[in-house]
Amino acid sequence: MRGYTERTKKLRQVSVSTQPSVSLERALLETEFYKKHYGSVEMPVLRAMNFKNYMENRKLYIGEGELIVGEKSEGPQVVPTFPELCAHTVEDMTVMNDREHINFKVKEEDKKIQAEKILPYWQGKSTRDKILAAMSQEWKDCYQAGMFTEFMEQRAPGHTVADDKFYHKGFLDFKKEIEEEIEKLDFVNDFDAFDKKAQLQAMAIACDAIIIYGKRYADYARKLAEKERDQKRKEELLWIAANCDVVPAHKPETYAQALQMYWFVHIGVTTEVNTWDAFSPGKLDQYLYPFYKKELEEGTIDYGKARELMECLWIKFNNQPAPPKVGITLKESGTYTDFANINSGGINPYTGEDGVNDVSYIILDTMDEMRLLQPSSNVQISEKTPDEFLRRAVEISRKGWGQPAFYNTEELIQELLNAGKSLEDARFGGSSGCVETGCHGREAYVLTGYLNVPKIFELTLNNGFDKYTNKQISIKTGNPEDFTSYDQLREAFYKQLQHIIDIKIAGNHVIEKIFAKYMPSPFMSVLTTGCKESGKDYNAGGSKYNTRYIQIVGIGTITDCLAAVKYNVYDEKRFTMKELLAAIDSNFQGYEMIHNLVLNHTPKYGNDDDYADDIMVDIFTNVRDRIRGRKSACGATYQIDMLPTTCHVYFGSVMTASANGRLKEKPVTDGISPEKGADRRGPTAVIKSCAKMDHTSTGGTLLNQKFSPSSVAGEEGITNIAALIRAYFQMMGHHIQFNVIDRSTLIEAQKNPDEYKDLIVRVAGYSDHFNNLEKALQDEIIERTEQSFN
Amino acid sequence: MITANIFNIQKFSIHDGPGIRTTVFFKGCPLKCMWCHNPESQESKNQILYNSEDCTLCGTCVKVCPENAIKIENNILTTDLKKCNFCGLCEIYCIQGVRQIVGKDYTLDQVVKEVLKDRVFYEKSNGGVTVSGGEPLIYIDFVEELFKKLKEENIHTAVDTSGAVNFEALERIAKYTDLFLYDIKLMDNEKHKKFIGSSNRLILENLIKLSKIHNNINIRMPIVEGVNATVDHIEKTMNFIEKLNVRKINLLPYHSIGKHKYSKLALDYREEEMSKPSEEKMQHFKAILESKGYEVKIGG
Repeated sequence: MRGYTERTKKLRQVSVSTQPSVSLERALLETEFYKKHYGSVEMPVLRAMNFKNYMENRKLYIGEGELIVGEKSEGPQVVPTFPELCAHTVEDMTVMNDREHINFKVKEEDKKIQAEKILPYWQGKSTRDKILAAMSQEWKDCYQAGMFTEFMEQRAPGHTVADDKFYHKGFLDFKKEIEEEIEKLDFVNDFDAFDKKAQLQAMAIACDAIIIYGKRYADYARKLAEKERDQKRKEELLWIAANCDVVPAHKPETYAQALQMYWFVHIGVTTEVNTWDAFSPGKLDQYLYPFYKKELEEGTIDYGKARELMECLWIKFNNQPAPPKVGITLKESGTYTDFANINSGGINPYTGEDGVNDVSYIILDTMDEMRLLQPSSNVQISEKTPDEFLRRAVEISRKGWGQPAFYNTEELIQELLNAGKSLEDARFGGSSGCVETGCHGREAYVLTGYLNVPKIFELTLNNGFDKYTNKQISIKTGNPEDFTSYDQLREAFYKQLQHIIDIKIAGNHVIEKIFAKYMPSPFMSVLTTGCKESGKDYNAGGSKYNTRYIQIVGIGTITDCLAAVKYNVYDEKRFTMKELLAAIDSNFQGYEMIHNLVLNHTPKYGNDDDYADDIMVDIFTNVRDRIRGRKSACGATYQIDMLPTTCHVYFGSVMTASANGRLKEKPVTDGISPEKGADRRGPTAVIKSCAKMDHTSTGGTLLNQKFSPSSVAGEEGITNIAALIRAYFQMMGHHIQFNVIDRSTLIEAQKNPDEYKDLIVRVAGYSDHFNNLEKALQDEIIERTEQSFN
Repeated sequence: MITANIFNIQKFSIHDGPGIRTTVFFKGCPLKCMWCHNPESQESKNQILYNSEDCTLCGTCVKVCPENAIKIENNILTTDLKKCNFCGLCEIYCIQGVRQIVGKDYTLDQVVKEVLKDRVFYEKSNGGVTVSGGEPLIYIDFVEELFKKLKEENIHTAVDTSGAVNFEALERIAKYTDLFLYDIKLMDNEKHKKFIGSSNRLILENLIKLSKIHNNINIRMPIVEGVNATVDHIEKTMNFIEKLNVRKINLLPYHSIGKHKYSKLALDYREEEMSKPSEEKMQHFKAILESKGYEVKIGG
């Protein structure tokens, strides 16, 4: 069992072995509340009162041995639902209950409650219903065709990151500041004063809500202590109560209170509304270190205690699976993982100096020991970061479960500066969710949806007609058979691109208004710089900085498609456009020669080959410039991200075959990675290709790199991986993470060699492409891989 | 313009010297080691690897060949290498992927450009460029110019050599070389002649001379069961290098990865005479060498 102490071993065991289930507690409290109060108060106040109502009336949970308290719902692995965003149908509940993987248990009686009490009230009122009713036909056509996704369809903005505010102030302090802002309102000259007052009142109520929640926990812990027979546990419960007497009402005084403060805030943010399943503490090591240092000097804490408490926090994150989705998204999504993401290392945001401290190492040790997918953890690597820290992070990363990921501090800061933030705020920058960048605690940076760029090229080849839904869904840009040059094709593609982006952004404007109007987040607004001062909500552009992201998917696939057409049809004239279109239509069946040529004998992205990489840069620049800098309905600025999560699989599934030889329904590329099997010159060439796009003009890019365990073995392996990271970051790459290939992947590669052309394994004193090896030798390597893992 | 025949430029090469390297594989070798895992490196002329087993005799290559060098007769496909100009069309148009041209003439500028691409990785990892083969020093003029350029750029250089060249070549390149990876295959000259096809005298003499003018030489010892996997060979090697300026040894256990290439080159692979030495044996050899103070690593 994993865990630094007996306590965390047990808590972790509970966390990983408890069956996830759904609780209707929140939905019921909310529905009753809305029935009573909807229409009688301003929307922000309604939302704040609703939040307070939940905090006042919800069940509390203190598990055996717990030191940090608070759950999103009734206990570990229990999720609340958010009918105000989207209400599950009874069928949804049956699906999530019955399916074999990633299931959530739903009680039969709850299905009845859902049908009789929850659903009837929210039908037509949830933001999802409002959105779907408001969207244009062309938006719906594109949405159904899988041209883009919509982040706010089932969840609310705000899977964002905290800064240091609540380690310096308590919620009573925040409330006082809010009341001062109300006092300052000028009802003579400011025509928005009425709206601002409602918003500020709502924020004050949200402060009350979290204070009440903390106080209830203090009382509950004392009550449990009275009954507790075990003297040691009794003391612990009283210690918990004492901590909850301080936070969240007041600022934390100790390391433990700082952790408890964060966790109360986390519960607040993620139950006020479903903020994309998660919230993150950001630069946790920077914020905790002063508490740790002070207590270390006073002799009230040591590494062991601090480590145990950190593991308690880790387990708390893991106790919260992402709430299940509805409809088709529920059926397609296969994960419990939310998007908490903790940044360690990097720089000290106050001084700009190297930020690595003792708590940074406690976090790495915790991550290594806990080995939980939640919270996702990453390290920021700066030029100032000591090699020791980088090496320790690499050592954990090469164990092959993908954590920590590596982020480039200098590049992150440059991104934020390029987007108009001050240096002071940029130093509080980091990533959240996947790789998206923001100024923690000062910015509303809202992901709005993935854009299927390879499919836009598919539309170009079909003159705006979609073969998946059998509909003309976009403009006509000409029959590609009539194009006499690559430039004509390129122009047509960019016209289609512009058109689809415009449809997406037009939809976004409407959705943004729906959230600003119906779904204010007063608690989140308390935490975000600018909302108090402006009297505006987080969801209405109240933050100091406001950004909207569109996530670009499939740069590898689209680059190779354009390269394949340019090289084969226009440059080398190996075959005609007509022949290529026929080959694509037949999924390359009967067109094996064309398939061979586009797949194996055409320049491809990921090989440090300028023929393909120049095309990549051209596409990247054109996509970016059609999005970056545009304004949103609430005054935010648009930016792009280059990340897919798992959307590249969905996007591929709605597509025909591609000009680069990708077969029908197969995934498009993830992040900024090259197409599977296209990168044949190893990791340095991939990194060089990826660095050719200007990362600093995005809000984040994602790069996955695969290695075999033996190629990263030993001290030399650590040195080489660390060098790859330093080199990529010197070239201003944003993010890199490592997948070390395990045995099952090698077996897969043996069965499907074509999909693993880039797989390099260490053989005996040297490395080779796995594909080049004879079966017997492959078997031997597979066996050896097993050994090196155990 | 000076050129050389090169059959691979391998990026992220991490077993041919320190750090992240690019290894340039030159085509052509004075030796013919029985276990050679790159048999396509032996001949200095271009070659075609052809996998007749997977060939469907579809005849596409016959049609696309502009020189009419390929013919199929009695279900056997042959390529007339006298006519072939290695344009590569047959490889590109082969759906089965059974043909591969080995070897390409590179100019010095092309190689310099290619290896400089990964410079940032050399800098971050204390890596650099390795020349290997075949035997790179049969292209001494080319390699000398290449290394001059690399040293101007302050890039770490390594030569992976069989030592079976005129000493003049070693002497010329030593000036620009940071590290030699020098093979000792067999101490017994009769066996050397039998398994490698030539005497070991030149190789051993060159090593003695080289160690007098260069102080960073690693010895690489391929260990093949059935050929040289004996304590006797290890001890003889140790006695030989005792007085030389050598401290690091790599023991490279035999593997049969190159086997599939032999049939594609229509060469005989004497599989039954060779096998992989046991792990225990390798550890034993390592221990013997270490007891004399050598720094030993199994593998590259």
